[in-house]
Parts: sequence; C-alpha cells; structure tokens
Amino acid sequence: MTKSDTGKKLALSDEILLSIDKPARYLGNEINAVYKDKDQVDVRFCMCFPDVYEIGMSHLGIQILYDMFNQREDVWCERVYSPWVDLDRVLRERRIPLFALESQDPVRDFDFLGITLQYEMCYTNVLQVLDLSGIPLSAAERTWEDPIVIGGGPCAVNPEPLAEFFDLFYIGEGETSYFALIDAYKEVRETGGNRQEFLERAAGIPGIYVPSFYEISYHEDGTIASMEPVNPHAPRKVEKQVVADLTHTYYPKKPLVPFIKATQDRVVLEIQRGCIRGCRFCQAGMLYRPTRERSLKMLKEAALQMLESTGHEEISLSSLSSSDYSQLPELVNFLIDTFGNKGVNISLPSLRIDAFSLDVMGKVQDVRKSSLTFAPEAGSQRLRDVINKGLTEEVILEGAGQAFEGGWSKVKLYFMLGLPTETEEDQKGIAHLAEKIARRYYEIPKERRNGKCQITVSTSFFVPKPFTPFQWARMCTREEFLEKAHTVNAEIKEQLNRKSIRYNWHEADVTVLEGIFARGDRRVAKALRLAYEKGCLFDSWTEHFHNELWLAAFEEAGVDTDFYTTRKRELGEVFPWDFIDIGVTRKFLQREWERAHEGKVTPNCLAGCQGCGAARWHTGVCPGSTPADIQEGGEQA
Amino acid sequence: MKIRIKFRKYGVMKFIGHLDIMRYFQKAIRRAGIDICYSAGFSPHMIMSFASPLGVGLTSDGEYLDIEIGNELSSASAVHRLNAVMAEGVEVLSFRRIPDEKASNAMSLVAAADYEVRFRDPDVLPENYAKAWDSFCSQDAILITKKTKKGERELDLKPLLYQASLGQDADGAPVIFLRLSSGSADNVKPELVLEAFGAHAGFSLPEFALLIHRKELYANSGTTEEPHFVSLEALGEEF
Ligand code: SF4
Repeated sequence: MTKSDTGKKLALSDEILLSIDKPARYLGNEINAVYKDKDQVDVRFCMCFPDVYEIGMSHLGIQILYDMFNQREDVWCERVYSPWVDLDRVLRERRIPLFALESQDPVRDFDFLGITLQYEMCYTNVLQVLDLSGIPLSAAERTWEDPIVIGGGPCAVNPEPLAEFFDLFYIGEGETSYFALIDAYKEVRETGGNRQEFLERAAGIPGIYVPSFYEISYHEDGTIASMEPVNPHAPRKVEKQVVADLTHTYYPKKPLVPFIKATQDRVVLEIQRGCIRGCRFCQAGMLYRPTRERSLKMLKEAALQMLESTGHEEISLSSLSSSDYSQLPELVNFLIDTFGNKGVNISLPSLRIDAFSLDVMGKVQDVRKSSLTFAPEAGSQRLRDVINKGLTEEVILEGAGQAFEGGWSKVKLYFMLGLPTETEEDQKGIAHLAEKIARRYYEIPKERRNGKCQITVSTSFFVPKPFTPFQWARMCTREEFLEKAHTVNAEIKEQLNRKSIRYNWHEADVTVLEGIFARGDRRVAKALRLAYEKGCLFDSWTEHFHNELWLAAFEEAGVDTDFYTTRKRELGEVFPWDFIDIGVTRKFLQREWERAHEGKVTPNCLAGCQGCGAARWHTGVCPGSTPADIQEGGEQA
Repeated sequence: MKIRIKFRKYGVMKFIGHLDIMRYFQKAIRRAGIDICYSAGFSPHMIMSFASPLGVGLTSDGEYLDIEIGNELSSASAVHRLNAVMAEGVEVLSFRRIPDEKASNAMSLVAAADYEVRFRDPDVLPENYAKAWDSFCSQDAILITKKTKKGERELDLKPLLYQASLGQDADGAPVIFLRLSSGSADNVKPELVLEAFGAHAGFSLPEFALLIHRKELYANSGTTEEPHFVSLEALGEEF
C-alpha cells in the first residue's frame, strides 16, 4: 500500500469501485457520518433504506433515527442501502457479503438490521438486502447468530405481506420505543438468554409486533376468520407509537451530507407531523394523527444549526400541509431575513396558493421559472366532496389568477383517477379545470403576460390504503385505469387551449402491484419471494420493472390478485391490519366511508374535532392538549 | 480578495469525482464560515474555479482551487477552519492571496504537472523493465496516436515529457516519476506515457494496473522553449 492509499478500510477493492457507477454510494465517510470503536459499544444497529443510496440518503426519518441511536454511547448505528444493479451483480458473482457503510463490516455481523418500509415497491429490495447479507430470508430459519431484522415506516401498518421475512415490526413513530428494545436486547444477551426469549421480551414493548407469535385462520371465501396470538407474551392489539411532544425530542442537528447529489440535497425542516384535513384517500393523514407542531423556537434553532453543520445551500420546509402550521409567516420571514442574503435558497413545498404564499414565493424564487402547484385530486366538486378535499374551483382559479397577475405562467396540477364513485364526467372535469386555468391566464392582456402558459396535468391511479376511510374501496383494474387516462387525454386534446396543457399519467401495472401489497395478507409473501427469485428488483424504477415476471410469480404462487384489488369488501370484514391500533378508530373510518358515499364533507380538526379517536394521546391539535409553544414557555410573545 | 487554496486528496476520497469535489468544497466553505463572494443574479453561485480536474481513482498532493472572499482573515486561521470541517481524505494545505488580475486564474495558468506512477502489481512489468525504460526515454521522438473527440491524431510525446525517471519505493517496488505538459493546450495524462512505454517494451497494461498520484501543478514563468516551472502555490502569498 502506498502512503496516499491509506485511510479508512473499504469492503470493495479499487477494481470493483472503479468499474461500477457512482462508487461514492458505497464508501461511507460522508460529512457528519458517525464513527465509533466497535469494541466499545454493546449494540450494533444497521439502518437500511431498501432503495438506491441517493433516494435513501434523502430520507429524513433515517437521519432522525441515526442521530437518535448514536446519541447512546453503547450503540453504534450505521447505514446500508440497496446496492445498485451493477454492484448487486458483482456481490453475487464474487460472493462478497453486503456491508454497512461506516465500518464496512458485513451486515450479518450486526445485532439489528432495521429496514424502513416507505413504499410497497421496495419489497423485492428488502429481500435483496437480506439475501446479499447472507441472512436467511425467512425469520423462522434465523438463529441467535443472525441480526434481529426489524421493519418500520408507513408500510409497517400493514406488515402482513412481509411478516414471514421479519422478526419484528415497529409500528408508529420511531422516537419512542427503540431504546426500550435496545435495553431488552442487551439484558437478554447479558443474561445468556436466547433469541426466543428476546422476541418474547420485545412483544411486551409498546409498538413492537412479533409476527411469528400470531396465527391466522381464513374463511372459505379467503377472507380472514381470525388472528390469534399463540404466545402468551403477544398482545392482542399492537398500539401505534406517537411522539407526544415534537419540540422536545430527537432531531438531527448534524444531518449527513453525501458526496454525490442526493434527491434531497438540502436541509429538511419538519415543521409538524400529521395533517388536520382528513382527505379520505390519504393514509399519511390518518397514520400521523393527531397533528402536532414543533415550536417556532425549536425550528429556528434547528435551521441555524443544520445549515451550519451541513453547508447546504438550500433549506426546505417539510410537512403534509405547510400552510396549516400556525406560525408559518413568522417562520418563513425568519428564514428569509436570516438566510436570504447568504446564498441560501428557501424551498416551500405543499403551500396553499394564496396572497401570503404568493408574496413569500415571489421573494424566494424566480417567478418566471418556478411553477405553482395545486392538488385538487379530483376533477369535479362532487368528487372532491366525496374524497373530502376541501379545495374548490373558485379557490384554484382565484389563486391561479393572482399568480398569473404576479408573473407566474407555469402551473402543475395533480389528480387521482379511479377514486370511489368516479364517473366519466369527473374524469373530463380534470381536463375542464385545466382549460379554465388556461383561459384565466389568457385573460391577461398580451403585453403583460409572460409568453404562453404551461399547465402540466399529472394523474396517478388511486390505490386504497389500510387505515383510511377508503380501505373498503374496490380498486380498478389496469384496463379501467388506462381507459380513464385516455378519457382525460382525449378531452384535453379537444379543448381550445390544448397546446398549453401537457398531460402525464402514471403507469398502471405498477399501481396494481402496489394495490396488492398495500392490502395484502401473509399469503402474498410467496409470490413476492418468487418474483425476487425470478429477478424482480428496483420495481419502482420503470426501467427495472418487469410486470411479466410478477404475473408469472403470482400465477406460480397461486395468488389471485383480484382478491386483493378489485374485490368488493364487506363492512364487517376482518382486515389483515386490524390487529394494529392506529389511534383512529374503525368506527370513525367507517363513518367517513359512509359520508363519502353521501357526498358529505367532514370539517378539519381545527374547525372542530370529529372524534376520530386520536384524542386519547392528549396531544397536538386534539381537544384537551397543550400546544407546543405553551410548553416552550410562551416564547412567541 | 482572490485566494488560492491548495489541498491534498487521499484515501477513500479518490473515488469522489471532480464535479462532486466542487460541490463538496462549496458546502465545506459554508461550514467553515468563510466569507466567499457570489456572482450577481437571481440564483447567485460561489465564485470558485478549480485548476485541473483529477480523474476518479487518482490521489494528489497538489490540487488547487481559486475563490474570492470578502473579509480579512489570516491564512493560518482559514486553513485551520477549513480542516476542522473536512472529510477524511481531503486536507487543506494552504490558503494564499493571489494577484487580482484575470491572468492569474489557476485554470488558465496550469502548464505542467508532476505525477508518481506505481503498479498495483509490479509483475505486469517485464523483467528487464529498467533497461527498457532507459531505451524508451532516450528515443528522439515518442510517437503515439491520441484519441480525441475529432478522431485520432499522431502526437510526439517527447517534447511534452519534461522529466521522466524511474526509481524505487522503500520496499523496492518501481515508481515512475513524470513531469508532464498539462492544462488546456497539451494535456498529457500519465496513462498515455505508460501505454507508450508498454508498446515500446512489448507488454500491455491490464485495466486498473496503475496507481497514479499527482504531486504538484505548475505554471510556466519562462517561455515555451525554455520553460521555468513554478508551483501554483508559490504564486500566492500567506497573509
Ligand atoms: S381526535 Fe379530533 S382533533 Fe384529534 S385528530 Fe381526531 S378529529 Fe382531529
């Protein structure tokens, strides 16, 4: 070794690193990466985002947990991402075990492998990570020598399709129960206990689900008859974890900064969790109830610290609906005043378009280049009432009009196709709304406009998700979806301003697959494993998605996919995810499902509590809780 | 005030490509709180330019970038502040003031570069490599065909090869030292010389055979006929 070649140890040779794309994905060593002496820690935790590095590194949740775990002296938390297809091939050919980025040690040597489940289309990558690590795919085949494999994240609210592959699932927000789990693990290890004993201890920790401790029986029609605990330590219901106080909790002051450009190459400031709106299709809106804000003081401090420790040139606010943050003007003005003249860009996604947001957007972006975003989700007022999306045509046209007068000329519109009760009129309504916006633009006298307007209409296909009022809904077939998209497309092409409107629609095959896993049960696991064995990987990447392999896998596994997607579900049906107590009650969801069919709008949490069930945590927006800023000691005055 | 930063790149950072090193320094300069100047316009960017991109896989003791800063701070404290926020594998060696005129720009000044070339596996060399090297170097012309964007062209390496010598590492492994013409006009990569040597001595280099380390970048303060090379660092002064 030459002098200039010393430094951190690497799992991969120079030859490998120089012959694959973006070797920086596999080096670790990033700014703010945490290095510890592995002999000085008791527990080694490997955190995994099962997608390519640039996507995984952009995820805030991992950064929060990475920081949280590493605050403990007895724990060293490292990271691993899915190796891209080029390295995947090399690792298999040369039998190199998958390794964590920091220590470059095999993942197999860790105590825990935690995998975040952010979308269904990463499930084959979960198997890839296990497989390349040399960890048996089935939890039942693992020994005390293997890491404990734990899943978390939004898809863990229906963990059943993955139940076979995980030892544990963490249901809910990661900030609350992980330390108890680590402590239990240490104790069982120190006292010479075994894997089974640890799993039993884990089952008693709030939010931890041990899938092997339950047995499912089915009716003749394939629906679930019952789900019974078969271990005395396993609770009947697993309660979702909620951070009561988002101001006084873990938040990374020193987020990781990758060397290659990640999808989010910026500081992310999560201003609140949850959403007061209650759109009936939206899973996040139900999972993260109640809406909880972080205090202004905490956010200001965090913004300063994170920009300083990363050197990022951009900061972005993050939340499901930023306009609902009670102190948004104060926060935004602070950011503009503090960083505006220091070359820091301020990015404000998910803002409702109104006078305030147009004013601040005018200050922080180049109006001619930036675009306005609206998400009406449905094309007609009737259907918007069905989905409880409280955005009206008047509001959209008013906002667009103001923006056009202010110099904007680009608009992005997001819709869903295949929503419950949707008719052809609703589909055409999408085209009509885009047309009305274009007309509003051309009402402005020619000399004051900024050329043509560009309206981009995007539709995704609706996938019913667990724990939403639409969990009972029938999902459309691939053919139905495509027909709807063609209806919209044809209608747009008929219109006067068709040249100003661009239309994109999502792929239908991958949506159907998402639908199968979203509401799947333990029986779809077989198909997942077969698909992986046939070579399916990176399914969310169009160029790597192989629908024919998936179809073959379902066929071979004897899985009737319609059972999970297009089948009509009865009100009383037992769902695979019913054993989880998400806070929002099934009664509330059912009431919302019924109100949807009556076209009745339900007010948001601020307008009046609807008694969804989340109030029992006594926090956030719910009646009987203490707002964040009062907890902070009244600093806003 | 115009500033020239010299840095060293080693270890795992050799896998970080040039564009990412640029992004890396932009963020590092912010972390260090250096008062760098920005271009005008709606999306201002840092005034920063690199002397010469270093290929992925190469290490270096002599990399340079020029920036412009507003406030006064001493060279020593700037070096200290930057090194406090570096990733392992990049070390700032100096932070010097350079003359203000346009002609002093690092990128346009680069005329030559020093390299050390080692062999990942010295067995790729023929047994009589030392003799072959002498005969390679004593040729009147070293003709090669260079692939360019426009096709292939014949090139004589000899006048672009300012120095070439063969030595040994502490453990006896061969090390080739090269001073090569560099920069926008006649940029010669060390691989090109080693390939020509291979052709001359009758061996071929497998992929990844070479470990290349850049030692220094130079400006030419003499003439084309009688060059006088000074390191880019020496053109600046501590403050
Ligand atoms: S309990 Fe009431 S206020 Fe709280 S989240 Fe549910 S509906 Fe909203």
